[in-house]
Amino acid sequence: MATVLVNGKEVEIGANERLNCIQAAAKAGEEIPAYCWHPELSVVASCRMCLVEVGDKKPDGTVAMQPKLVPGCQTPAKDGTVIISDSPKVREARKATLEYLLLNHPLDCPTCDQAGECYLQDYSFNYGRGYSRLNEPKNIKPDKEYIGDQITLFTDRCIMCTRCVRFTREISGSAELQVVSRGSHEEIDIFPGHPVNNPLAGNVVDICPVGALCSKDFLYQQRVWWLKSTNSVCPGCSTGCSVTVDQNEDRVYRLKPRPNPQAQGHFMCDEGRFGWKYSHSDQRLTSPEVRINSQVSTRDWDQTLTSARNALKKAASGKTKLAAVLSPWMTVEEAWLLGSFLKSLCSEAVLALGPVRINGQDEHFPKDVHGNPVQPTRFTIRAEKAPNRNGVQAVLSHLTGEVMPFEELLRLASAGQFSTVYLTGGDPEGWITELQAEAFSDVESVIVQDFLPSPVLQHATHVLPSGTFVEREGTIVNHRGLAQLIRRAVRGPDGSRPDTRILWELAERSGLPQTEVLRREIAAAIPALSALTQPELRDHGTLLNPSQPMLAGT
Amino acid sequence: MATFEPVLFARINKSDSASIRSYQADGGYSRLKEFLSMAPGDVTNIVKDSGLRGRGGAGFPTGLKWTFLPKDHPGPIYLAINADESEPGTFNNRYLMEKDPHQLIEGIILACHAIRSNRAYLYLRYEYGTSYRTLDAAIRECHAAGILGKNILGTGFDLDIILHRGAGAYICGEETGLIESLEGKRAWPRIKPPFPAIEGLFRKPTIVNNVETLCCVTHILYRGTEWFKSIGVPPDPSNPRDPGSYGPKLYCISGHVNRPCCVELPLGVTARELIEEHAGGVWKGRKAKAVVPGGISMGFLSDKELDTKLDFAGPGKVGCLGLGTAAVVVVDDHTSMVDVLHNCCRFMSHESCGQCTPCREGTHWMTKILDRIRSGNGRTEDLDLLLEVAGSMGIIPGTTICGLSDGAAWPVKNAINKFRPEFEDYIRSRKSSITSAQKMMAAH
Repeated sequence: MATVLVNGKEVEIGANERLNCIQAAAKAGEEIPAYCWHPELSVVASCRMCLVEVGDKKPDGTVAMQPKLVPGCQTPAKDGTVIISDSPKVREARKATLEYLLLNHPLDCPTCDQAGECYLQDYSFNYGRGYSRLNEPKNIKPDKEYIGDQITLFTDRCIMCTRCVRFTREISGSAELQVVSRGSHEEIDIFPGHPVNNPLAGNVVDICPVGALCSKDFLYQQRVWWLKSTNSVCPGCSTGCSVTVDQNEDRVYRLKPRPNPQAQGHFMCDEGRFGWKYSHSDQRLTSPEVRINSQVSTRDWDQTLTSARNALKKAASGKTKLAAVLSPWMTVEEAWLLGSFLKSLCSEAVLALGPVRINGQDEHFPKDVHGNPVQPTRFTIRAEKAPNRNGVQAVLSHLTGEVMPFEELLRLASAGQFSTVYLTGGDPEGWITELQAEAFSDVESVIVQDFLPSPVLQHATHVLPSGTFVEREGTIVNHRGLAQLIRRAVRGPDGSRPDTRILWELAERSGLPQTEVLRREIAAAIPALSALTQPELRDHGTLLNPSQPMLAGT
Repeated sequence: MATFEPVLFARINKSDSASIRSYQADGGYSRLKEFLSMAPGDVTNIVKDSGLRGRGGAGFPTGLKWTFLPKDHPGPIYLAINADESEPGTFNNRYLMEKDPHQLIEGIILACHAIRSNRAYLYLRYEYGTSYRTLDAAIRECHAAGILGKNILGTGFDLDIILHRGAGAYICGEETGLIESLEGKRAWPRIKPPFPAIEGLFRKPTIVNNVETLCCVTHILYRGTEWFKSIGVPPDPSNPRDPGSYGPKLYCISGHVNRPCCVELPLGVTARELIEEHAGGVWKGRKAKAVVPGGISMGFLSDKELDTKLDFAGPGKVGCLGLGTAAVVVVDDHTSMVDVLHNCCRFMSHESCGQCTPCREGTHWMTKILDRIRSGNGRTEDLDLLLEVAGSMGIIPGTTICGLSDGAAWPVKNAINKFRPEFEDYIRSRKSSITSAQKMMAAH
C-alpha cells in the first residue's frame, strides 16, 4: 500500500495501481483539471492545465517540494508523494493557461453544441479569470465541415489537446487525424482524401474536451442541458458497451459510451452509437392485433392479451405442442417470465433460442495500415450481434436442459408439431426470412412479440408491439458473462408496451411489473444467474463468473 | 589573452583543410588507434575530468551526460550529433563542418567509442548545403581509409555515421525534438523523464551532443585534461553548483559591428572585448545599446553590462538566461528596442512547435501586442502585460515541456526590464505621431 498526500488529505493507493497525480487526487476527491490527458491515451503533457506542486515526504516526516510546477498527468503518485493542487501558485498557473487557451477561442457558446458539457467553460468558470486581456484580433481558422461522414471540425474552437489525433493512432489505428502547421497557426486536419470514417470515429467527438469536433448526427439538435441521461447498455453486439442514453421528451438524441473497465473501457463503436435510430422508426408496430382469417378482430391490448393467453392455454392442454422462440435480444427477466410461464402451463412446452445473428468476424482494434489487428487489443466490435445470448441461454438451459437452436424449432414447426407458437423478435436488422416464416404458415396460433415488421407477421394471429432497448428495463449478459442493466430511458410510441409488462400481464402476475422482483426470483432459481441480485449490477455490472480476467476492450 | 592559440580553429584557414590528407598531415587520426584501444569508461572519465560542458546552449557537463547511459545495455546505443544550428546569430558549427570536418568526425568516433555506440546520426539543418557536401565527402574519405565502417583501424570497433538533413525548424535543435524528427515524426519535444540517455532515438539509449562539443572531445583526448582546464574560468568558489567554464569557445559576433566574425577564445571574455577587439567595434562610429550574449533566446545585455564575462555563469548574473550558443548580436543606439524585441518575438512565435499551450499562445500573443505597439496603438499597461505573459511561460515556472518557451520569454523580460523608459517613450510618441487613418489601416 502506498500513501499519497493530496492537499493534506491522506489517500491510500493499492499496490498494483499505477496512478498519476490526477488519478490519485481524484481518489482523494480533489479535481485536477486537464485537457490533453485521457486515461486510455498516451500522456503528452502538453495542455499544461494539470500543473500542480509535487513533493516527497521523507521517512523522517519532512517534505521536500520540487521547485517547479509539474504536470500531474506525467507524474506518478508513489508512496510519500505530496500533491498540492490548491496553492496560489497552482491557481495562477491555471489561470494563465486558461487565458492562453481562450485567447483565440471564439466565444460562440450560444451556438456551440458542446456548451453545457464543455471543459473549457467549466474550468474557465472554476479557475479562469472571467475576461480576456487580448486587445488584438483573434486568429480565425476556417472550419472543416467534412473530415468524416459523421464528424465536423470547428477548427477555431480547437485547443490542440491532440486527444483525437492520439485516439486515431492508438485506439483505432487508422491515424487519419494529424496536426498541420506550427505554433499558433496549427490545426487538426485530415490527409486529403482520407476522412475519419473508421468504425470507431464517433469517439473523437466524445473525447474532444471542447466543441471542436462535433457529431453531424447530433449537431444543433439539442442543448445538452435539456437532455436527460439514463445509464444503459448498447445492444448492438455481444460486447455490451456501457452507455448513457440521452433523451428529451421521449426522443433519444444520442448514445455516449460510459466508462466501464469491465465491459469495453471508455469507447464505443459507431455501429452502436448511431444504431438506436430504429427506436424512432415510423415502421414501428404500434397496435396490438388479433387476426382471425387475416382479418383484424381487435386492436385492444386487454383483448389481445386474453386471446393470446387462451391460445397458449388451449395448446397446453391439447395434443399438439406449445412452442416459443426466445430471442437473444430479450433481457434475462423477459426470457424468464416467458419461459417459466410457458413451462408452468405445460412442462412439455418447446423453448428454442432465437436466431443469433453473426456478421462477419470480430473486429479488433487498433489496426495497422494493412487493416490487420495489432496487439494489445484496445477495442473489439463483435461479430455476434445479439446482446444477450448468454443470458437467454442460461435461462433456457435451466428450463429445458438443452438449448434448442432456432432451425430445429423451424423444422418441428414445418412438420406440424405445434398448434401455438410464441415468437419474440427484437433484432432490428430482421431475424427471420420469408422462407423461414413459411414454417409457421400452418400453425394455428402464431403470437408475435416484436417492435418492427417481419415476414412472420403475415402468419401471425396475435401481434404484440413491444419496446426497444431504450424503452425496456432488464439485464443482459455480454460475451464474457458480465451482467449489466439496461434501463428505460423513454416511453415507446403509443400502442407499444415494454416487453416485461406484456409478459407480466400475459402471465397474469399481480401488481406492477418489476424487474427487481424477477431478478430475485431468477437468482434463487438459477444458480448460474445468482449474481443478479448483487448491487454492482446497477453500476458497472456484475460478472457471473468472477474468475474470468478483466480485460477492457477485448 | 592575446597569446591564445586557436585550437578548434587552428586549421580553418589552411587550403584544403577539409581533406583527410591535410588533416592527417596535421596529426589528425594519429592517435585514434591508441584511444580506441582504451577502455570506453576511461575515455568517458577523461572527458568528465576535463570539465567539458555542452556547447549547444544548456552547458550540461558532457562526460556526466555520458555516464547516464544504462550500464551493460545490450545495445544498440546511439549518438545523435546536433548540427541543427538554428539559433539566430549562431554560425560556429558551420565553420567547423565546412572547414574542418575530420576534427568533428574524430570527435564522433571517440564519443561513440566512449558510449559504446556503433551508429551515429548527424542531424544537419537543411540550409547547410556546403556542410552537407563537405561532411559527406569526409565520411567517404574515412570509409576509404578504414577510419569508419567495420573494424576501424583494426581495433575491432565498428561505426557508421548517418548524415540526416533536417527540413528547417528551430525546434529540431531541441534534443528530443531532434530525436522525434530523426524518427520521421513531427519534431515535438518529448516529455522527460525518460531522458534520451535512457530512452531516446528509436526508444534506445541515445546521447545528443553538439558539433563543437565533439570537436572539443578530440582535443581533450590529444592534449589532456590539464591543458583543457588551463583555459577558461574555474568554478566560482562561492557557488558550489558551478562546475566552471573550461576550454576554448567559438564566439559568433554579428549585428551592428564593423567586422562580423566567428572567433575562438577562452571562455570568459567580455562582450566589450569581443566587440572592440575582434569585431572592429560598433559600426558607423555608433555605440552599442544592447548586446545579445548567446543567441536571442538568452535575452539582452544593456550597454552598462558589456563587461559581463561570457562564460557559462556570467550572463546569468545580469539576468540573462545563460551563455547559450555564445552568439553575440550587437544592437546599435540608433535602433529601436521595440523593433528588436518585435523581431525576436516574431521569430519565436513562428518557430514555436505548438505543443504546449503557454508557448503556442504566449509567443503569438506577445507578437500581436508588439505589432499593436508598433502600429501606434500601444498602452503603457501593455508592458506589464508582456512581462506577465513572459513570466508565465517556460520551464522555469514549469509550464512547458522544452526550453523554447523560456527562450521566447527571456528577451521580453530583459528588454522591458532593462529598457523600459525607451518602450514607454516609444508608445507615447508613436501614439501622437500616428494619424487616425494610419490607425485604421493598422487595425485591418
